[in-house]
Amino acid sequence: MTQDTMQYAVPTMAEMMAAGEEPEILFWVGCAGSFDDRYKRVTIAFVRILNHVGIKFAVLGPEEACTGDPARRAGNEFLFQMQAVSNIQVLNGYNVKKIVTACPHCFNTIKNEYPELGGQYEVIHHSTYLQQLINEGRVKVAGGESFKGRRITFHDSCYLGRANKVYEAPREVLAALDADLVEMKRSKANGLCCGAGGAQYFKEPEPGNKDVNVERVQEALGTGADTIAVACPFCMTMMSDGVKNQNQEERVKVYDISELIAQGQGL
Amino acid sequence: MAYLEQVFFVVALGITAWFITKRVKLIARAIKLGRPEDRSANAGERLKIMLEVAFGQKKMFDNPLVGIMHFVIYAGFIIINIEILEIIVDGLIGAHRVFAPFITPIYPFLINVFEVLAFGVLAVCVVFLTRRWVSKVQRLQPERHRELKEWPVKDATYILVAEIVLMLLFLTWNASDSVLRDRGIGHYGELQGVVPDFLISQYLKPLFTGFGDGALVAYERAAWWLHILGIMGFAVYVTYSKHLHIALGFPNVYFSDLKPKGEMTNMPEVTKEVQLMLGISPEQADPSGGNENGEQPPTIGRFGAKDVEDLRWINLMNAYSCTECGRCTAACPANITGKKLSPRKIMMDTRDRLEDIQRGWVQNGPEFKDDKSLLGDYITVEEINACTTCQACVNACPININPLDIILQLRRYKVMEESQAPGSWNAMFSNIENNMAPWKFSPSDRFNWADQVNQK
Repeated sequence: MTQDTMQYAVPTMAEMMAAGEEPEILFWVGCAGSFDDRYKRVTIAFVRILNHVGIKFAVLGPEEACTGDPARRAGNEFLFQMQAVSNIQVLNGYNVKKIVTACPHCFNTIKNEYPELGGQYEVIHHSTYLQQLINEGRVKVAGGESFKGRRITFHDSCYLGRANKVYEAPREVLAALDADLVEMKRSKANGLCCGAGGAQYFKEPEPGNKDVNVERVQEALGTGADTIAVACPFCMTMMSDGVKNQNQEERVKVYDISELIAQGQGL
Repeated sequence: MAYLEQVFFVVALGITAWFITKRVKLIARAIKLGRPEDRSANAGERLKIMLEVAFGQKKMFDNPLVGIMHFVIYAGFIIINIEILEIIVDGLIGAHRVFAPFITPIYPFLINVFEVLAFGVLAVCVVFLTRRWVSKVQRLQPERHRELKEWPVKDATYILVAEIVLMLLFLTWNASDSVLRDRGIGHYGELQGVVPDFLISQYLKPLFTGFGDGALVAYERAAWWLHILGIMGFAVYVTYSKHLHIALGFPNVYFSDLKPKGEMTNMPEVTKEVQLMLGISPEQADPSGGNENGEQPPTIGRFGAKDVEDLRWINLMNAYSCTECGRCTAACPANITGKKLSPRKIMMDTRDRLEDIQRGWVQNGPEFKDDKSLLGDYITVEEINACTTCQACVNACPININPLDIILQLRRYKVMEESQAPGSWNAMFSNIENNMAPWKFSPSDRFNWADQVNQK
């Protein structure tokens, strides 16, 4: 099967259930992955990889709802729990066991904060999932764009890195591209936030002398990288805006790790 | 004369013990103001973390050079205390180097170790003063960090100077004692042949060779007394100072969070209400029978935290354990970009609030309560709203203090009790409530992206 003839499909849990089937994984798309024009491209790239590998997956589709993360971090516990308890009802109703998501905020919330409210699942971030697929030889970076000679720097998402200590998986995924990986001075446990977390994304920043994303992008540009790799929808927006702020959007691109893999595979 | 010294010593020791006991009780009572929370489980894991992070100072070595220097002071503090034991026994029974005759073979070795450490402590304290005042390490500058103005910067300087003075007294005391021993004067001479010169203080002996016997004895006594009285005074001072971390650092690390840094503490009192509203788990919520006249849920305090008594006790122990090093603030993206938020200030404000309440207890009786609150009078909304919850502060703290936990509890109070949030947050809340996403998109469009999977 070649890329040209490959027809990508996105089955929903409802369809799977009606057919009496159970997926290997539930792909939790998240609000940004569903609605944000830029991050929809990440969702699509990841879904193409899943199709290409032949993973039996499903999404909740219209039944998915915000995990409640921004509400909780802003202080609205009531709204968070309304979201969480309803989502858990849906997930448990489908007997979901394994969830993969491309959003570190959804990942952290479902993995760490849903269990106490009755939602026990194996939750995996797409960076770890991609790493597993690469290690198992199921994803091979071939047939697409060549990354040889390109410089990539990875920006750690707080809710993937510090929050859950996932530092190596996204880097190992990038290593499969055969590009030059360069680290920023503040990386991994010491990584600098993009400025979006804690519901900052949903309001103007408090008064200061600089925007956090500009500070971070300047550091990223300092590595001489032509690609800033991210693994979070909010980092994606913040870093892209920062690159524009520095008038570097022609030279430096911001991509999610799954987009880079899909490019390498020609998907 | 000798008896007079002994009596004075006992009185000084008694006063020190009385002050420290009083302070410890006050601090313990202040920490207990916090909400109860059982942190006794996972003793094995906690012990391991305490050994690594507190005893082993693992996180201090993120910057190896500073880590080594701090370790010298830390080891000095712990090990030189063995010598304090002898000094106290000497003071109580009016003896001189009481242990020397009993452990003659290892006595010089022990004192040599103390002296080397004392010299190390002295040298590092000089370097640390230089870092504060000459090379101006950013996170320690009051010009850059408003929370350090006035008392905190003085406190830091007092501590370093006091440690330098104490070490100088210890070393010159040993040196003057060695000269007296050489001269065979009084009881000093009795240890001739038992106690040799020591590793560091032997080089200080020339300072005292010009002294007459009387002046030399006077210096020896003065140095001995100032050293031990200095230590007693320092011990009391520590309970008022940021330096309290030398004691509280250990339990603070032992009781620190074991859960992933990204996990927020749950509010079970909300869950019940949510389940009622969604009409689920009737065995717990029972919407048919449970009305206002029915069984009331256990008394719920405030949602979130307005003041220190709304926080958990570990947050308050965190505040007393903070030594204001500012690694949290140096790592904070909000602070780096000029916002008002400083995680260190969150901890210092929490302690200031507790110290103010304590002062009220002492002055106006144990039931005293003023009308101030942590949020509003100490910490502003602008500060807590600047937080990106990135956990860099939590990660940076060498003794696992969690400023983020306090910030998030204050936010909960603001939103849940006062319904006050920035307008765009309120918009985000209503979007989640109505559209199941933080933006104003129709929930029925949520799956539209799938139409594009086959588009090039």
